[in-house]
Amino acid sequence: MSAAQGIGVGEQQQLEDDQHDSGSSAPTQPGRRRATPYLLLLPGMAWLTIFFILPIATLLSTSTQTRPEGAEIGVYTQTFRVANYTDTLSEYATVFARSFTYALIATVLALAISYPLAYAIAFKVGRWRNLLLVLVVAPFFVSFLLRTVAWKQILADEGWVADALRTLHVLSPDGRIINTAPAVVIGITYNFLPFMILPIYASLERVDPRLMEAAGDLYANALTTMRKVTFPLSLPGVVAGTLLTFIPAAGDYVNSALLGDPVHTTMVGNVIDSRFLKVVDYPTAAVLSVSLMVSILVLVGLYIRRAGTEELV
Amino acid sequence: MAAPAETGGRDLRLERVTKRFGTFVAVDDLSLTIPSGSFFALLGPSGCGKTTTLRMVAGLEEPTAGTILIGDDDVTNAKPYKRPVNTVFQSYALFPHLDIFENVAFGLRRRGGKQIKAQVDEALELVELGGMARRKPAQLSGGQQQRVALARAIVNRPAVLLLDEPLGALDLKLRRQMQIELKRIQTEVGLTFVHVTHDQEEAMTMADTIAVMNGGHVEQMGGPADLYESPQTTFVANFLGQSNLIRAAVSGKSGDDLVLEVHGQKVAMPAARRASGTDDLLIGVRPEKIQLAQPGESTEGFGSNALPGGVVTDASFTGVSTQYLVRMPWGQELMVFAQNLGAAGLLRPGSKVDLHWDPAHTFALDGSLDANAGVAHEGATPVPVG
Ligand SMILES: Nc1ncnc2c1ncn2[C@@H]1O[C@H](COP(=O)(O)OP(=O)(O)OP(=O)(O)O)[C@@H](O)[C@H]1O
Ligand SMILES: [Mg+2]
Repeated sequence: MSAAQGIGVGEQQQLEDDQHDSGSSAPTQPGRRRATPYLLLLPGMAWLTIFFILPIATLLSTSTQTRPEGAEIGVYTQTFRVANYTDTLSEYATVFARSFTYALIATVLALAISYPLAYAIAFKVGRWRNLLLVLVVAPFFVSFLLRTVAWKQILADEGWVADALRTLHVLSPDGRIINTAPAVVIGITYNFLPFMILPIYASLERVDPRLMEAAGDLYANALTTMRKVTFPLSLPGVVAGTLLTFIPAAGDYVNSALLGDPVHTTMVGNVIDSRFLKVVDYPTAAVLSVSLMVSILVLVGLYIRRAGTEELV
Repeated sequence: MAAPAETGGRDLRLERVTKRFGTFVAVDDLSLTIPSGSFFALLGPSGCGKTTTLRMVAGLEEPTAGTILIGDDDVTNAKPYKRPVNTVFQSYALFPHLDIFENVAFGLRRRGGKQIKAQVDEALELVELGGMARRKPAQLSGGQQQRVALARAIVNRPAVLLLDEPLGALDLKLRRQMQIELKRIQTEVGLTFVHVTHDQEEAMTMADTIAVMNGGHVEQMGGPADLYESPQTTFVANFLGQSNLIRAAVSGKSGDDLVLEVHGQKVAMPAARRASGTDDLLIGVRPEKIQLAQPGESTEGFGSNALPGGVVTDASFTGVSTQYLVRMPWGQELMVFAQNLGAAGLLRPGSKVDLHWDPAHTFALDGSLDANAGVAHEGATPVPVG
């Protein structure tokens, strides 16, 4: 078949397609071109439906179930009991408050540690930059669980940190760090540090150093340059970093389980864990999960709106 | 906070300033005095150390050796924010997160001045951007951004304003327009402008004084006409406009004139215009100073120096003038610009011509200098010097 014939056939088909939009195989057909984006979306949508939408629906449905009188453990039926929410939330209000407090403190601490570090990596360390970045990521090569267990050793009563603090009289002779709220917050801060450092670094690295020079030229000292130029320009990284830290921190249960105290430092994650897996109280666990998700969404929404008005670039 | 800058009586002085990057010498033992209120241009080819010099004045780079003074204050090691100096950066460096108003107000706010709004509005009027105050830099065209950068620096009324090729990114028309604008602003506000450029025409139209830099040092400094008419080195002769440089030997004196022998011909020039004490010289004549006459033609009114025996090898008509290349008997090709007066017809390649010029239009340089120094940047192929 000659090339000319080939084109002729293609055109013929295109005309037909315009009439009945029958998805044929020639790539130039307008119908197919319109469909392509949707086809590309298909795997993602399928993934989301199976692994996100369906589980959420199940979770929502579980949260309003009740256990019929005399039923076996773990058997619940749908009764649309919305009061599950008020019951559970009033019971676990302090746990919720505690989770968000820990997450907030850990996020602020992580920001305080990460910003100067990211700044130094981006602008001050010269050829050590890559090595330092590798060091920031290096902890990921060891399991999250193992690293937290390591902290258990570091903060232990007979560990050097506690010893040193006792010697300095920061800690009373019978005081301890492990199994206290500070230990949990330290653990959370440590574990999510790279999620704070990397986005801030990425943002800072994109700040044009010539803008900082220009600020200096316009009578801004180092601190003012930071406040008025560098920090505002790195805000996207700060927002991303704080979200990436705060969201998983609020739902975390490993740090509290390993470094905390079973009663006084319990976080929402721990309760969900025990309700689902130990007590087999699915509705309560579901209520807590849904509530945690919604409150994080609301907080994040408020935060982003607030950060957005700060004129992100 | 830095003391507010007052203009008048605060010359900028660089004394024996050197800047090395590792072993590379970017600025070599540079000494300059820039009088307060003047429009000073630093002109030179790429990489000659212009930006480095400005950055040292602004405090963004520390000199390896030497002193920088503004008035009587030694600012050599002062932090940038403590100097009464502002820069219009080659890249503009506008703050993308601030609107135009806040960009311009930035310096004023840092110094805690009063009536910021009035001053910013005035500066924006000056650069004709009054209506753009609330836009972000990204919403402006390149030329508008450049004017914001200018307003942002000028509004502080610094003792010295540094401009690092601020017109480099503009098209020719906008460039000419901004040159006039800059000159007007400088005259209006009376600041000291140090303008860096590698565009010789720009330097000549705008500056009171030009320093031609080459390889980290100043080749020559002076007024535009002075530099053009009396270059002291072959680099300046070739970099600033074009020059015909011809080998010559001193053969005697006649009154105030020097008599030279040029490939067997005698030519004269005022002895005072000789820039070098050597007897072996390179004499220079600008192409537009030479007049062509065909053998036998009247040369009435032509300059008394003459070099006969040329052959036109190329003629290109540019409208205002015709540019001729003339091959001389000793093989060198000289350039001649003949003004288009409409009277004389075009000389065709192959025509025999004699070259005439006024002795006063001759300059003489040290014969040991490289006759092609400073030529390459024009994209011209070096011509062999006979
Ligand atoms: N930070 C630096 N480290 C090493 N070398 C440098 C540095 N800054 C400049 N140089 C070198 O110093 C020389 C002068 O540079 P400079 O930027 O002053 O040139 P310039 O005259 O402004 O040139 P252009 O017209 O291209 O802007 C160049 O050869 C450059 O490579
Ligand atoms: Mg430069």
